[in-house]
Amino acid sequence: MNTKKALFEYCIRIGDNSMILGHRLSELCSRGPILEEDIAITNISLDLFGQCRNILTYAGEVEGKGRNEDDLAYHRPEHEFRSVLLTEQPNGHFGTTMARQMLFSVFHYYFYKELSKSNDVHLAAFAAKSLKETMYHMRHSSEWIIRLGDGTEESHEKMQEGLNKMWSYRHELFEKDAVDEHLIELGIAVDTAKFKDAYEKQLEEIISRATLEIPEEGWRATGGRIGHHSEYMGHILAVFQSLARAYPDAKW
Amino acid sequence: MSVDNQWPLWEVFIQSKTGLPYKHSGSVHAPDGEMALQNARDTYTRRMEGTSIWVVPTDAIVASSPDDSGSFFDPSDDKAYRHPTFYVMPEGAKHI
Amino acid sequence: MEDVERLEAFQAKIDREEKIEPKDWMPAEYRKHLIRQISQHAHSEVIGMQPEGNWITRAPSLRAKVVLLAKIQDEAGHGLYLYCAAETLGISREELLEQLHSGKAKYSSIFNYPTLNWADMGAVGWLVDGAAIVNQVSLQRTSFGPYSRGMVRICKEESFHQRQGYEIMATMAKGTPEQKRMAQEALDRIWWPALGMFGPHDKDSPNTGNAMKWKIKRETNDELRQKFIDKTVQQAEVIGLTVPDPDMKWNEDKGQYDHGEIDWEEFMNVVRGKGPCNAQRLEHHKKAHDEGRWVRDAATAYAKKQQSKKQVA
Repeated sequence: MNTKKALFEYCIRIGDNSMILGHRLSELCSRGPILEEDIAITNISLDLFGQCRNILTYAGEVEGKGRNEDDLAYHRPEHEFRSVLLTEQPNGHFGTTMARQMLFSVFHYYFYKELSKSNDVHLAAFAAKSLKETMYHMRHSSEWIIRLGDGTEESHEKMQEGLNKMWSYRHELFEKDAVDEHLIELGIAVDTAKFKDAYEKQLEEIISRATLEIPEEGWRATGGRIGHHSEYMGHILAVFQSLARAYPDAKW
Repeated sequence: MSVDNQWPLWEVFIQSKTGLPYKHSGSVHAPDGEMALQNARDTYTRRMEGTSIWVVPTDAIVASSPDDSGSFFDPSDDKAYRHPTFYVMPEGAKHI
Repeated sequence: MEDVERLEAFQAKIDREEKIEPKDWMPAEYRKHLIRQISQHAHSEVIGMQPEGNWITRAPSLRAKVVLLAKIQDEAGHGLYLYCAAETLGISREELLEQLHSGKAKYSSIFNYPTLNWADMGAVGWLVDGAAIVNQVSLQRTSFGPYSRGMVRICKEESFHQRQGYEIMATMAKGTPEQKRMAQEALDRIWWPALGMFGPHDKDSPNTGNAMKWKIKRETNDELRQKFIDKTVQQAEVIGLTVPDPDMKWNEDKGQYDHGEIDWEEFMNVVRGKGPCNAQRLEHHKKAHDEGRWVRDAATAYAKKQQSKKQVA
């Protein structure tokens, strides 16, 4: 396995997750349940886009073909994206948005914590900075899940429904392939299997504090790693890339 | 519920650097203390303005009334002896 | 104290350039005027998120996207500061939003125009924020303390907004022919509504008298509009765009630009709800508000439960 190629692949997996989830949250700007929460959601979106820019820029450097963050974000076709299906799922109602955020942020927390010890200096520094942001995302979404779960009868039902919908998408976050194996051996990548139990335990804790039920396992989402996305992805990119692609010669 | 509910008001105090006093920054709406802290953080520290935050329910604040301002503050007008410049120091004395 | 005496003391305080604070005595008209003006300002910030929000998901670069997101988020923050300032006058945010939804309260008509191409993000920042800043800089000296403090904070934070808009316009004006077309077209569409943001001529502005006497407003609509025109026309020239006003020319004697007349009939139509996006903007806001109700209620219910648990323990 070519290390440079593997590292490039590893970086765009991280960057694409942040980009697509950041995009979903950016759709909510001016649509929050209250002004204060609108501001909070935009903050999280901004953090994710910041992470996305950092890591896509680095991916471009690693690749060495002169591609910058925008080339990678705007001029790759759908099948070259590596986001997990969880990040692509529509916002739904606020409970669904928070369920998606919590499942992702708790993962991101453990992930960045490990990645901050990476032998790759850039990845380690990137992860250390992102970790701080992620701790806040995790706190924010967990506190909301607790309030919605243990709020009114209506919110309890809605929160449970949102959680059920998102629940089985979490497994994809832990998928491992030859790219991971190769980079784990070099001390660059994170072995996510190491914290799967802690992750599950933390979800159970939040769910129990929210007086919710642990959902049944449904279809285990998979496919993002090989560019097989959900149907939503094509629409996301159609919007996201529309202007940049309509005027490929323009500088903005 | 038919009446709208925008949550109670909280006052936000931010310490911009450790060691400095907390200063009133503004207000937010929030259902409880934890959320008030988060909302204050998201609203008032978007430009790295703080190291620490206090939030206080607005209705817990007791304020002096404008009519008190005479009796509260004027009496200290004539107590110049509370200020260091009131005292005459011998010429040549240093570090005092 | 008699009201006459109080009124004199109040006016004397204002004339000494001292701020009026929420608990101070104030004439009912002063309170009413402030609530109307501050809430209109707050609603404008919040409704103003929508025309720019229209382009977030399509921003042509990641840099442009985060800048736009941060800017719109600032507007939410500024709406929030202003609602809080209005609340110190004894009106709740629930009531303020109810007035917005019923149409009783207004917001700036500029936001009832659509944003049709990416250059609108430039034109909005450059012209709409530019006009707002001229107004807000003046309002930093307004006589009501919470409003004035809000304006100081807002002006500090908004200093980047106009620059980001102008940067977009400048980049597009020297870009491909298609980009230049978009830039000029955006300027053509947004110029006149931006001038309308300062309100009717002083002679037709019924609320100006008291507002000036009480120093709620510090400069008149026409003074502020002129200030805006004088700095903006030059900026348009620098980037090679043309302001869509054939009567615009430099008046050497006055040391300022003469300009053509705003179409006041159209202006009043939009104020009265007959603009291209009035219905759309309000519907958008109401929808988010209604869909968020169960979330707000849930958080309140949770807080109550926690409170009673605490009391039991």
